[in-house]
Amino acid sequence: MISFLDFEKPIAELEARIHDLRQLDGEQQGGADIEEEVAQIQSKADQLLRETYGKLTPWQKVQVARHPNRPQFQDYVAGLIESFTPLAGDRAYADDKAITGGIGRFRGRSVMVIGHEKGSDTRSRLRHNFGMARPEGYRKAARLMRLADRFGLPVITLVDTQGAYPGVGAEERGQAEAIARSTETCLDIRVPLIACLVGEGGSGGAVALATGNVVIMLEHAVYAVISPEGCASILWHSAERAQDAADAMKVTAQDLAKLKVVDQVVEENVGGAHRNPASAITALGDAIAGALAEFDGRDGGYVRQHRREKFLAMGRLGVV
Amino acid sequence: MNWLSNFVRPKIQALVRKREVPDNLWIKCPSCGQMIHHKEIKLRQFVCQHCDHHLRIGPEERFPNLFDEGDFSTIELPAVLIDPLKFRDEKRYVDRLKESQNKTAQQDAIVVAHGKLGGHGAVIAVQNFSFMGGSLGLGAAEAIITAAKLAVLQHAPLIIFAAAGGARMQEGILSLMQLPRTTIAVQLVQEAGLPYISVLTDPTTGGVTASYAMLGDVAISEPGALIGFAGPRVIENTIRERLPEGFQRAEYLLEHGMLDMVVHRHAMRETLIRVVELLGNRPPSAEVISLPQPDLEIPALTDTRQEGETGDSGSAP
Repeated sequence: MISFLDFEKPIAELEARIHDLRQLDGEQQGGADIEEEVAQIQSKADQLLRETYGKLTPWQKVQVARHPNRPQFQDYVAGLIESFTPLAGDRAYADDKAITGGIGRFRGRSVMVIGHEKGSDTRSRLRHNFGMARPEGYRKAARLMRLADRFGLPVITLVDTQGAYPGVGAEERGQAEAIARSTETCLDIRVPLIACLVGEGGSGGAVALATGNVVIMLEHAVYAVISPEGCASILWHSAERAQDAADAMKVTAQDLAKLKVVDQVVEENVGGAHRNPASAITALGDAIAGALAEFDGRDGGYVRQHRREKFLAMGRLGVV
Repeated sequence: MNWLSNFVRPKIQALVRKREVPDNLWIKCPSCGQMIHHKEIKLRQFVCQHCDHHLRIGPEERFPNLFDEGDFSTIELPAVLIDPLKFRDEKRYVDRLKESQNKTAQQDAIVVAHGKLGGHGAVIAVQNFSFMGGSLGLGAAEAIITAAKLAVLQHAPLIIFAAAGGARMQEGILSLMQLPRTTIAVQLVQEAGLPYISVLTDPTTGGVTASYAMLGDVAISEPGALIGFAGPRVIENTIRERLPEGFQRAEYLLEHGMLDMVVHRHAMRETLIRVVELLGNRPPSAEVISLPQPDLEIPALTDTRQEGETGDSGSAP
């Protein structure tokens, strides 16, 4: 049972009617009539879903990107990585469960996978701190990237975070430095880094894992320098204006592809990844495989330089 | 606001203001509230003689006190895309930008200069908090990248004085992309075997700390500077607790191992010279030439207005 978003209400109502009719059918054995009506409503619901998702506003995309049923790190790993072997800890302070990582086999080759994990129910969300990492998380990520570099394993990152955790301990232990080092490590390694924005890409906490040779974004994911609520409360002096902020900041995959910040947008199934996680996961897998293939046979120096030049060109006159 | 500013038209108002309020002769220390004469505070590099508070200053005030004999040249910076998102909140971004440009006579938040520091070439970039909160966008990042390339070209150390609230939201995702881009700038300098000294000044937060500001080979701060990733208000709202005294201040960061040293503004120049010399394995420069001390006559405080504030002259005469 998926939970419906506010703007999906008309679709939810149709689905509810179908549900009611089915139940009625079970009780009364209405037969063909009901079947026909169900089919009719179903096709209406499908069409409405297609239309709604074909023209989502930036703010609606933010809501889809945050959908609780949207596939998470562990779903992608389960669907794409064989023999996944998690590796824990930053070797300095703790193991931050908001960022998970490990080695495994992706379509036949060994890779390092690192990503934010938000959790899927109250208990796991608390355990993973809702995907908001502390310095330990970024230090673990940097450690795992170095490890991958040493063994020539490509790095795949799955980014899905509101942002780095704003807390006293996180600040004391150097949140900013940890993020900066993680970004620096992304830029330093001599193996391909394929970054995938699968849900929310929030600020420095996202870019610390997303500074990749290829940046892939799911169709309904969002990526921004600050959350729309945060931006609205600073520039409009009211978090209520988050919709306006989402519009103004250009947070959607489609906008970011135009700005050449994102290299590839992966289509989601109709109604978003949360309605059919398996298909979204496979589609992302295909995109990753394609991106990795671009670097087959390339030496480390090329891979590193490629990433550096790509970012240096970003936002320059004549590029956008 | 008073009757004058309410009823007199802006143009006339400006005339009136100019006549009645000459200059801000007196500056009020934002920390202790004492009035300090502008000549005096300038001579003291904008450090309050009463409470030692380090006031926020920009490139214009910093460069002359850093380079040998106050001699330096600023670098022309490459043009960047202006307002790529056509961003507008309560104001248009281009208007905010123009406002800051007029206020500071700067192109964007960072100014780059080169000159001699202890007898050897150095490239120094200074971020101005008065320019849209020092925010890091395309313009500021291009300044850092240019500074880094110049340092490599001149085989000189790079010193960046950071001061910013964070990334420039009005440039959306492109401002976030300046984190990796400025990180690359730092890498260019470090790979060339040159020192990169980061000086974090009040305030340095957000995306700026999460990139070049925290990547210095040596990290220095000025006393009392606010430094952090998340701003104190965001943290208080998240944890719903009051923050401890001195939290996110330079001394607190030093205590927690995030900085090498906290250096008084008056000792900054000598410290930078010494660090750069030692890292470069150079002999000490014959003498650290101290800056000429201008004659100073401070008029008595009583005969002038006392309500003056730093920076912008208020509309009320």
